[in-house]
Amino acid sequence: MHLQLAWRNLWRNTRRTAIILTAIVVGVWAMVFLGALMRGMADGMVRNAIDTLTGHIQIHREGYRSDPVIENRIDDPGRLIPIIENALPPDARWAARVRVNAVANNARHTAGITLVGIDPEAESAVSFIGRPAISQGRYLRPGDDNAVLAGRALVDDFETRLGHKLVLMSQDAQKEVASRAFRITGIFEAELEATEKGFLFVHKSTAQEMLRMGDAVSEIAVMLADRTSVASVADDVRSVLPDAFVVHTWRDLLPAITGYLDIFDGFMYLWRLIIFIAMGFGIVNTLLMAIFERMREFGLLKALGMKPWWIVRSVLTESLLLLVVGLSLGNFFSLLSVWALSKKGIDLSAFSAGTDLAGISRVVYPVLESRDLAAANLVVFALGLLISLYPAAKAARFTPVEAMAHT
Amino acid sequence: MPIVACKNIRKTYRQGDIEVHALRGVDLSVDKGGFIALAGPSGSGKTTLLNIIGGLDACDEGSILLDGDRVDQMTASKLADMRLHKIGFIFQAFNLIPVLSAEENVAYVMLLQGVPARECRERARSILDDVGLADKYGRRPHELSGGQQQRVAVARAIVSNPSIVLADEPTANLDSETGRGLLEMMREMNENKDVTFIFSTHDRMVMEHARRLVRLRDGQIVDDANHPVQ
Ligand SMILES: Nc1ncnc2c1ncn2[C@@H]1O[C@H](COP(=O)(O)OP(=O)(O)O)[C@@H](O)[C@H]1O
Ligand SMILES: [Mg+2]
Repeated sequence: MHLQLAWRNLWRNTRRTAIILTAIVVGVWAMVFLGALMRGMADGMVRNAIDTLTGHIQIHREGYRSDPVIENRIDDPGRLIPIIENALPPDARWAARVRVNAVANNARHTAGITLVGIDPEAESAVSFIGRPAISQGRYLRPGDDNAVLAGRALVDDFETRLGHKLVLMSQDAQKEVASRAFRITGIFEAELEATEKGFLFVHKSTAQEMLRMGDAVSEIAVMLADRTSVASVADDVRSVLPDAFVVHTWRDLLPAITGYLDIFDGFMYLWRLIIFIAMGFGIVNTLLMAIFERMREFGLLKALGMKPWWIVRSVLTESLLLLVVGLSLGNFFSLLSVWALSKKGIDLSAFSAGTDLAGISRVVYPVLESRDLAAANLVVFALGLLISLYPAAKAARFTPVEAMAHT
Repeated sequence: MPIVACKNIRKTYRQGDIEVHALRGVDLSVDKGGFIALAGPSGSGKTTLLNIIGGLDACDEGSILLDGDRVDQMTASKLADMRLHKIGFIFQAFNLIPVLSAEENVAYVMLLQGVPARECRERARSILDDVGLADKYGRRPHELSGGQQQRVAVARAIVSNPSIVLADEPTANLDSETGRGLLEMMREMNENKDVTFIFSTHDRMVMEHARRLVRLRDGQIVDDANHPVQ
């Protein structure tokens, strides 16, 4: 009967209850769904960055990270790779690359780029380039010795097109200037314009030949099936490698993103708190209004022998019901929104100049983590009950005599 | 032994500099089974006296013994317990919880007393039968007339056999015919169920139903007489 009473009291003023419920539902939706979008942006950012030639783990010669020049190369990958493979879980994929700074030019334009020599097949499991990233032309095939893959943005900048020539220049292993002409056989598109402008891909063997570096490579990138085991796998690899080589995880390689992720969780709590404060004022105000309207009733209940604590409990029961209903609806709409966007995501390309800068994907997919869902519900529920204590205590303080005098 | 014994009760309200002596030394003792009217003009202290006996208000001086317990010395929590278990209250108006039906209004107090839900229901229905509302169990207060609402209040006040029922001008909001009906019904409960009633009124017709009439004026008892039963 206590629940029944609370439920009926809730619907005495349908409009008012509907207003509080709306506030709760919108608040929960903002916490859960918008939270999932923010999480999705962060996740997309990490995914992009990992996909853009980072991988989960990278192995370099000592010194390459601070000075990525050809001198700091891995000279004997044939000896190193079996050692690394042994330390990796069976479902891990890896690719060895040549990666040097170079200058690209054609008749009209010149730009500094990163020249990446890849093994087309291995690379496709490790970074974005082998996936359906080619929008025009084709991916590298065996024997495409003079083929180069260029990004759409770079092709536009250079006012060139598929089939046209591009000359690449860099320093070779003998510290001489190496230069070679390539033909654009494929144009790729990436999430970020910076990627399209920054990288040119050729066969690993072609790059090795051009730079006179034999079998040597610049880095070995590893992609695991699951991001969560990165740290322990990195430790395993580290423990088997000779001292001259260093192992980095994506967290080490992407310090800005790692830092961002670390503050992101705090930011999510702040976000929830801010929404809750807005929502909380609404809840407290409306509850207070409802309670002052029923002052005489609380006086009556006290005259009949109800103790203050019972009155607190019955007001809290009302707000509990309110919160449960609001949370259910809020979660329902949030899940619905997440589900609706899970296939296609939200296309932010209209704002892509801004998103590019922040390293955010053009299309954002909401990512609903159970801990975010739980945190949002917990915040609303626990804080909601907590702030309801105030109106409840007010209700419990009315004395029968003064309440009855209020006619 | 009397069920209520008040000795030298004094109560002064202060509003700023003004002092209102609502009660100035009231002695009153009520025996079990009594049906007593507190009569007097408006402002004579009837409500104050009833509130003090029922523990809703504290007196400044004097002692109140209710069923052997000192009301004036109880803690707030003890007072609540006493009101819940030993006293039935009937007010002039707004006696009922608007969202509960007649039956639920009566049952609610028993529920608070810890009576099992099933028994609450049965007893609520049977007492509503007694006060003449056999066909109105499910009605909400706003679906009942003023007289019917007061009958529900009487039913609620007596359902758990309190030591005493305190009724503050229970008929003041009713027309005289309905008021008479309510009084007769209360009197019936008093006789059949041996419930003790103290009710206040300034209505001559109501006074005539009392078996004992206590007159108050300016916070003092000016007359106390047993009425012949009509
Ligand atoms: N809460 C209060 N504050 C100040 N004065 C009060 C209060 N309650 C009652 N009084 C005064 O005490 C006197 C007795 O009031 P009351 O007991 O209500 O009389 P009755 O019920 O006989 O009309 C009146 O003069 C009234 O104005
Ligand atoms: Mg009065």
